[in-house]
Amino acid sequence: MPTPSPDRRVALVTGSTLGIGRAVAVRLARTGHEVVVHGRDRERAAKAAAEVAAETGGHTDTVHGDVADPAAVSAMMREVHRRHGRLDALVINAGGHAASLLGMMHSDVVSRLFHVNALGATHTLQAAVKLLRRGTDPAVVLVSSVMGRKGAPGQAVYSATKAAVLGLTLAAAKELGPQGIRVNAVAPGYIQTDMLSTLDDRARAETIAATPLGRLGTAGDVAAAAAFLLSADACFITGQVIGVDGGLVL
Amino acid sequence: MSQLDRLRGVFRASLSLPADTDVDGLHYRAIPQWDSLAHMALVAAMEDEFAIMIDTDEMIDMSSFAKAAELLEKHGADAVT
Repeated sequence: MPTPSPDRRVALVTGSTLGIGRAVAVRLARTGHEVVVHGRDRERAAKAAAEVAAETGGHTDTVHGDVADPAAVSAMMREVHRRHGRLDALVINAGGHAASLLGMMHSDVVSRLFHVNALGATHTLQAAVKLLRRGTDPAVVLVSSVMGRKGAPGQAVYSATKAAVLGLTLAAAKELGPQGIRVNAVAPGYIQTDMLSTLDDRARAETIAATPLGRLGTAGDVAAAAAFLLSADACFITGQVIGVDGGLVL
Repeated sequence: MSQLDRLRGVFRASLSLPADTDVDGLHYRAIPQWDSLAHMALVAAMEDEFAIMIDTDEMIDMSSFAKAAELLEKHGADAVT
C-alpha cells in the first residue's frame, strides 16, 4: 500500500481531458492537489495530464476507461488504490450531451446518454466510496446541469440524465455524511465549451439575453465552484446544488 | 501467522467478536453483528490488512467467511492455508 502524501490531497476528476473537467483539474493542481486526470482513451488522458502538470507545475496522474462500463470503473479505482491508496476529492464530471426533440432521438443515443451521464456517475461514486473513506476530509462534487433542474425543449433526455445526478447527490450526501464524506453538485448553465459549439450566432445571443448576468459562463467559473465545495471552506456543506449559471435558473 | 489466521482476526475485530470466536462457519447476517454497515467495515479492514481492493460486486457476493477466503485467493493474497 502506498504511503499517503500528507501535504497533497489526491483528487480524481473524471472526464478531465477537455472543457469543465479539464478546468477543474487545472484549478485543483494549482491548489496543491495531486490530480488524477481521467479520459476514456489512454493517450488523450496522458496528454491532458502532462499538459495540466506543465501549465500548473503541479502533480498529475492518469487513469482511463469508459465510465459507462462498471468493470472499467472498477479497474480505474483499483489503479488509484494501487498508486495512491486513497481519494481525498472526487469530481464526477464525465458526461456526454445530445439535443433533439423527444420523438427525434434514436434509442441508442438515449441509452448512451443514460449509460454515461447517470449510470456512469453512479458506478463511479459506488466504486470510489471505499477510497474516499480512507481520505482526509473527503468530498465529492458531481457535475449536473441547469437542464437537470429546469429542462428545456430538445433537452429532455439530457435533462433526465442530469436530474438523476442530482438525485444521486442528495441521497449519497445523506448516506455518506455519517462517514465524514461530503457530497455536493454543481449545475452549470450555458458554458463556453465544445458542447456549445452547435449554437449559431442568433441562438448564442438569445442565450446570453436570457442570462441575468449577461454572458456565457466559462469552464473556470464552474471549476471555482467545484474547488470551493471540495475545500475546507465548505466543511459544513453537503447535499447542496450550486448553480453556476449566471442566474439562468431564477 | 497464516493468512487464514489473519483473516479470522480481521473478522473478529471488525465484527467485535471475542478473540476465541470460531468464525470459519460464519455467514452474512447470521449474527446481529454482521449487518450491512459492518459488512462495509469488514471489507475495508480486509483491504487494509491484505493490501487489496475488492469490487462492489465482490463485496456483495462475500456472504460467508469461506467466500472471504476465496476472495483473498482471487486477489492474489498469498496462499490461504
